[in-house]
Amino acid sequence: MSTNVQKFPSQFPIPVDPRFPAHSGSPGGKVGPVSVGRPVLDVAPEISKVGLNEICLSYRTQSGERLLALDHINLQVRTGEFVCIVGPSGCGKSTLLMLIAGLHQQTSGQILIDGKPVQEPGTDRIMIFQEHGLFPWLTVGQNVEFGMKMKGIAKAEREEKTRYYLRLVHLAKFKDSYIHQLSGGMRQRVAIARALATEPDVLLMDEPFAALDAQTRDLLHDELERIWNETGRTIIFVTHNVREAIRLGDRVVLMTFRPGRVKSEFPVELPRPRHLEDPAVACAAGEILVQLREEINRSLEAEYNEGVKPHVDPGVQS
Amino acid sequence: MKRAARFIIFYAALFGLWTLLAELKIWPPYLFPTPWGVGEALYAGFQDHTYWIAIRVSMERVLIGYAISVVLGMILGLGVASNKFLEETMGGLLVSLQSLPSICWWPLALLWFGLNQNAILFVVVMGSLLSVTLAMEDGRKQMPKIFSQAGRNLGAKGFNLFWYVLLPASLPFIVSGLKQGWAFAWRSLITAEMLYLSLGLGQVLMMGRDLNDMSAVIAVMILIIAIGYVVDGVVFKGMERHLQNKWGLTPAT
Repeated sequence: MSTNVQKFPSQFPIPVDPRFPAHSGSPGGKVGPVSVGRPVLDVAPEISKVGLNEICLSYRTQSGERLLALDHINLQVRTGEFVCIVGPSGCGKSTLLMLIAGLHQQTSGQILIDGKPVQEPGTDRIMIFQEHGLFPWLTVGQNVEFGMKMKGIAKAEREEKTRYYLRLVHLAKFKDSYIHQLSGGMRQRVAIARALATEPDVLLMDEPFAALDAQTRDLLHDELERIWNETGRTIIFVTHNVREAIRLGDRVVLMTFRPGRVKSEFPVELPRPRHLEDPAVACAAGEILVQLREEINRSLEAEYNEGVKPHVDPGVQS
Repeated sequence: MKRAARFIIFYAALFGLWTLLAELKIWPPYLFPTPWGVGEALYAGFQDHTYWIAIRVSMERVLIGYAISVVLGMILGLGVASNKFLEETMGGLLVSLQSLPSICWWPLALLWFGLNQNAILFVVVMGSLLSVTLAMEDGRKQMPKIFSQAGRNLGAKGFNLFWYVLLPASLPFIVSGLKQGWAFAWRSLITAEMLYLSLGLGQVLMMGRDLNDMSAVIAVMILIIAIGYVVDGVVFKGMERHLQNKWGLTPAT
């Protein structure tokens, strides 16, 4: 299946070649001549911050058959870009993040960070998990410090940075609390601070706000956007919530149900800050939802026909 | 309050029953000592330093043996949990070995190490190693996967990953296994000490037997129980409480 790029009738610009994706907002990209009212094509492809080239992942199920989880994924993410990946459960979008993080090995294909292949986990790419993955045996401050400690950064500097990043997520007062004393939203903010404290270039966020209530999520959207603005990190954000993707992303990538492929890409050109309730956001989401629904139906069908659980996690082994 | 009352009533009744049976003189006093006979034996034992020395010697041995078990057991358990080959081969062996009373190693230990402290330590290690190993293996498997992923993601690997992530993450799951390991170590030690002139509590107990002094035997038994109880109640309960506070777990009731 080839990747096609969606066109939005009114507020969305013309289709873009996904290999040379749209440059939105951040300056520095060479502007191609083709664009209607906005820059579209880079004449020469710059080196992507994150490059996924022909990524395939297959694994053996318990019954012994080989299952293709990811099928020739191609995706280029520019420095400072906020890319959201949406897709039905079981499309392998979380697994994709694990591959980028180096916590898993793809079967074939190449993952490049600044043009260099990923071999193992590195603190240049930090993952934020849905279940935050904070360490309950450490205080908030120690959690934030953890990555720096592993890097061997001196104590004074660690403490200073911990203070800085806790202030950034408005949790300075909770430095000495334990994780279980915090609310869900606060925990997710600690996770963000912990990720940022290792000063990664790329943040990999795996449905980080899915388990939160709506108000907390709205608040964290604002905060994440602000932090993204202030720190200029590249963010790859996985979600099953299309509106959330539009709310946050420069670009939304839709994946198909098993095997996971890139079905379409949608550049989001709405002015920031956006809100989940904006009619424009809803309208843009509508387009994507139509396609997402096809995939969800496929996943339900597969579940019905094969009795297979649609969500298969190949990461159980580690 | 109620709990304390029940506690007092129960032990008063037990004590009363003991006194009564001893007073009735159904059995001769050298077979069934009186409570105050035991009390006197305890007093005398501490007075002439026999018990102090015995406790020190035994505690030293059990601490060394237990420490070896914990270190070895954690390495072994972690290995078995994270390596499929080891799990399939050694996993079953470990479980079946656990049914072997550690004192069965005594003859071998004597031949290998000679009639000395090392033979005793060997028996203690064999007694508690398996509990710790199985607990660690289980703990590593029960431990949420996300902790090791997050740890590796944040740059922890090798020893750092084990020491700062895997070990603390699995502690709540292995603390009961560590406790069991301690109990086995303590029992194995006393058994081994009973078989060999060794200065420890086990030997003092056997000395009571040789002198036909059942008061002394029971006095040492009380000491052995008391030490086991104190370690369990202070060290392990404290550890559990500490973990519960940190992790926000509710105590299992």
